[in-house]
Amino acid sequence: MDGEEMRRAVTRIAHEVVEKNRGAEALAVVGIQRRGAPLADRLARLIGQIEGVEVPVGKLDVTLYRDDYLERRPAAGATEMAFDIAGRSIVLVDEVFFTGRTARAAISALMDYGRPASVQLAVLVDRGHRELPIRPDYVGKNLPTSRTEHVEVRLVEVDGEDAVTIRKP
Amino acid sequence: MRDLLSLREIDVADIRLVLETAASFREILTRSVKKVPTLRGRSVVTLFYEPSTRTRTSFELAAKYMSAEAVNIAVAQSSITKGESLKDTLRTLQALTADCIVIRHGSSGAARMAAEMTDRPVINAGDGRHEHPTQALLDALTIWDHKVVGRIDDTYPGALAGERSFDLSNLTVAIVGDVAHSRVARSNAWGLTRLGASVRWVGPRTLIPADSESLPVSVHTDLREGLEGADVVMVLRLQTERQELGLLPSLREYARVWGVNAAALRFARPDVLVLHPGPMNRGVEIAADVADGVGGIRAAIEQQVTNGVAVRMACLYLLMGTPGAAALES
Repeated sequence: MDGEEMRRAVTRIAHEVVEKNRGAEALAVVGIQRRGAPLADRLARLIGQIEGVEVPVGKLDVTLYRDDYLERRPAAGATEMAFDIAGRSIVLVDEVFFTGRTARAAISALMDYGRPASVQLAVLVDRGHRELPIRPDYVGKNLPTSRTEHVEVRLVEVDGEDAVTIRKP
Repeated sequence: MRDLLSLREIDVADIRLVLETAASFREILTRSVKKVPTLRGRSVVTLFYEPSTRTRTSFELAAKYMSAEAVNIAVAQSSITKGESLKDTLRTLQALTADCIVIRHGSSGAARMAAEMTDRPVINAGDGRHEHPTQALLDALTIWDHKVVGRIDDTYPGALAGERSFDLSNLTVAIVGDVAHSRVARSNAWGLTRLGASVRWVGPRTLIPADSESLPVSVHTDLREGLEGADVVMVLRLQTERQELGLLPSLREYARVWGVNAAALRFARPDVLVLHPGPMNRGVEIAADVADGVGGIRAAIEQQVTNGVAVRMACLYLLMGTPGAAALES
């Protein structure tokens, strides 16, 4: 996936979000750290352009909510939630959907901030292999992979370029 | 890093890792629901052989905010008063399946001994005159907040290395008062200098440790000279009980000669930051207006306490992982 394909995918998701939610009223976009956060910024900007409103954006670090922290003990990042999520429809954004454990952690983390009206999930790439009954509502691209392959998403904001590549083991 | 016993021995990269983690955990303390599930099902025992309010409470809250069970053993009501040795107490705690032991003890080296006797992570919450590493870490975080993040500009090279580097180069920290009996002064000497700061120990000759030449500090026995140009003044609690040992002529004289007040602070930099590990003896080692930060004086004593919770959350988080799984994900 190159930069242009990525742009089209995010634009399509923006339209789908607007259609499903019948506008952008009481909508907020929350990116899962780290690469979900810049994608959330892009998505919120596009939804804002379509609807002519400003969509609140948050960043969520889910490290402390993961069920495998004892094995991995990863470094925690920053969470920024400058708006009240109670009663809002939240679109969670991540770059890759894999086992579903990150999405589960993100839902738990989000609930600690209040009670949203609904939570939807948008991902740039769905690579399959889910381990939990969680399915994204919006998918930029379905990318069937083997379990041993690695999907790498690179973003201008973090990595200096937009690209999605599959790395073989 | 398996235990946190001393800032002299741990890797400077680990010091930075704890500070970075603590800085990111502060966000949790601002939430209405101050709880994350990270350490759910784990237990932290605080074993305090000396009285303490803020350190013990801070560890307990840190554990609870991370969803761990926190149990305090108050020595006065425990079997320890029946003559149980530290070794047997630790073995009992291990058998009771404690996952992490936080220990404060009046003897220097007790925390190390504890770490050798148990396979659970041990955090030193103050051992005799030796070290109090988490206090020094929270001091470093507070200094970073005020002296580096607070004034990022071209004249301040330490700030340009990146907001998360915790580089305290070009800062001079004067630690003033009863240094000889202070584990805080010792931990700060190692911690702050390893992050790049210059550390001065300032106090009367009788309250400066005999081994200060072997530490990375300069010693000043004149308050004015010691405060000259300092960026940070850390005032130590005068352990008034020491007066009985004949180390001080009188509290009143100590307050007059060594008390940190607005007049004394004029020798330091105009934007000097005042810290105190608490509890304070107002009117003895620190004047009330300095402690309260009135009249343009910058004191961050309460923020030190808040940062203390974040630092202790970070320490529990980093130490209670599975041994051998230390690889950190970027």
